[in-house]
Amino acid sequence: MEIRSDLFYTKSHEWVRFEDETTAVVGLTDYAQGELGDLVFVNLPQVGDALVAGEVMADVESVKAVSDVYAPVSGTVAAVNEELLDSPQRINEAPYDAWLCRVEGVEGREGLLDSEAYRALVG
Amino acid sequence: MEETILKTPLYQKHVLHGGRMVPFAGYWLPVQYEGVVAEHMAVRTNVGLFDVSHMGEVRFAGPDALKNIQNLLCNDYANLAVGRVRYSPMLNERGGVVDDVLVYRLGQEEYLMVVNAANRHKDVRHILANAAGDVAVEDISDSLCQLALQGPRAEELLGGVTGPQCLPARYYSFVDGVDVGGVRCLVSRTGYTGEDGFELYAQAREGEKLFDVLVEAGRPFGMSLCGLGCRDTLRLEAAMPLYGHEMDDAVSPLETGLGAYVKMDKPAFIGREALAGAAPQRTRVGLRMVGRGIAREGFPVSLDGRGVGHVTSGTHCPFVGAPVAMALVETACAQPGQTLEVEVRGKPVEAQVVPLPFYSRKK
Repeated sequence: MEIRSDLFYTKSHEWVRFEDETTAVVGLTDYAQGELGDLVFVNLPQVGDALVAGEVMADVESVKAVSDVYAPVSGTVAAVNEELLDSPQRINEAPYDAWLCRVEGVEGREGLLDSEAYRALVG
Repeated sequence: MEETILKTPLYQKHVLHGGRMVPFAGYWLPVQYEGVVAEHMAVRTNVGLFDVSHMGEVRFAGPDALKNIQNLLCNDYANLAVGRVRYSPMLNERGGVVDDVLVYRLGQEEYLMVVNAANRHKDVRHILANAAGDVAVEDISDSLCQLALQGPRAEELLGGVTGPQCLPARYYSFVDGVDVGGVRCLVSRTGYTGEDGFELYAQAREGEKLFDVLVEAGRPFGMSLCGLGCRDTLRLEAAMPLYGHEMDDAVSPLETGLGAYVKMDKPAFIGREALAGAAPQRTRVGLRMVGRGIAREGFPVSLDGRGVGHVTSGTHCPFVGAPVAMALVETACAQPGQTLEVEVRGKPVEAQVVPLPFYSRKK
C-alpha cells in the first residue's frame, strides 16, 4: 500500500494535493481503492459545486456496493476528471494519478492528516 | 443471541492464499482473492476454483425416498435416472419458495438434496415435518466439503487429474467414486456460473487435500481462486436466480420465472393447490441501464411515476461490461423493449427491459 509523503489525507481515505495555497486536487487513497475492490462506476461533483469539508461530494461503486466520497476541504469545484466516468478502474490502477476533482478557494487545512498521521491510521 | 460464524474445511487454505474473508450465511468465506473482475473473467475465459462447502446436503434413503421427494418438490423426479441431477424449487403450502435445490439420484432408493446454506436448518425442519413412509432423512452437510471448478477449461484440467473418461459427460449428470488425485469424490457437471464446469463433493476431512490437488493441477492453466463476489456476478450475468433475492417464502415460482420447473400435471406436491389457477401478477425481468447508474437490490422500479416493482439483484457485470439488474415487475410492463425507471438513491434513472440471460455461453 502506497502513501505519498507530499500529500495530505483524511480519516475517510481521500487524498489532497495542494497546487498552491488555495487550490487543491482530491482523490481516493491506495488504501481506499484496495478496501473498495474493483470500481465500476463513479459519480463526480459538477464544476461550480460548492463543497463543504466532511460532506458527501461524490460516490463510487464497486461490484459489491456504493460508497460515499467526502469532501476533504471546502471550496468550489473548478474541474472534474471526466476520464473516470468511462474508466473508473483507473482509481484501482493508479489511485494517486486518478484525481476526482480540483477545488479552488480552499481556506485552511484543518482536519487534514499528514502522511505520517495517515500511515498511523491505516498502518 | 450471538451467532457463531463457522469455518469450512478450507478456511486455512483461503487465508494462506490471501482470500479476503467475510461472514456469509453463517460461514467465513472469501469474498475475493485477486479481485472480483479478474476472477469473473477467469471463469468466463479460463477456469476458476470456488469453495462452496457452505452449501447444505440432505440425504434421503429408503423405499419411500422418491415419494417424499415428489411431495416436497414441484419438479417431477419420477423419471430421474441414477447418475442424473435435477433442479427444483421447494414450496410451502402458500406456493411460496422455501428454497431452491438440486437433487442427485444416488441409487435406486437414495437421493441427495443440495440446499442453500442460509436455508439449511429451515429446509430440514420443513422436510422432516412433511416426511412420510419408510424414509431416512439425514443432514450430512457437516461431513462434506464441496468445491466448484468452473470455466471453459475446467474439463481439460480435471480430466488431466482423473482421466477424461472418468468425468460425467452430460450436463446435470454425475459420477460417484471418482479418484481425484487420491481423494474419492462425487463429481457432477453442474455449477452456478453459466459456464461449463464441475462440482466435487468429498469428505470434509479430505477437503484440504482435494484443494491442494486442484491448485497444483491448475497451475499450468493459470487457474484462478475465486470468491463469493464473482460467484454472485457470474450467476447474475447468467440470470440464475438466488434465494433471498429473486425468490423467498412469499414469492411464487411462477412469478420469478421458474414456471418450467413447476409440473402441475403431477397429482400432488406441497404448494400445488395454491398455484392451481393462479395467474402471476408480476414476473422476473432483465434490466439494462440506459441512464448513468447502477440498479441495486431493493431499488424501486416505476413506470410514468407509478411503482411497478423492485430490483432483486443488480450490479455492473464484468463480462457484458455494463450495469444490469433483475427485477420483479408487474407482468403488464415486462415486455422486452419496455422503458422503466429505477430509483437510484432518490434519482430516477432510465432502464430498459431486455431478454434474459444477459450472457449465455457458446455451446
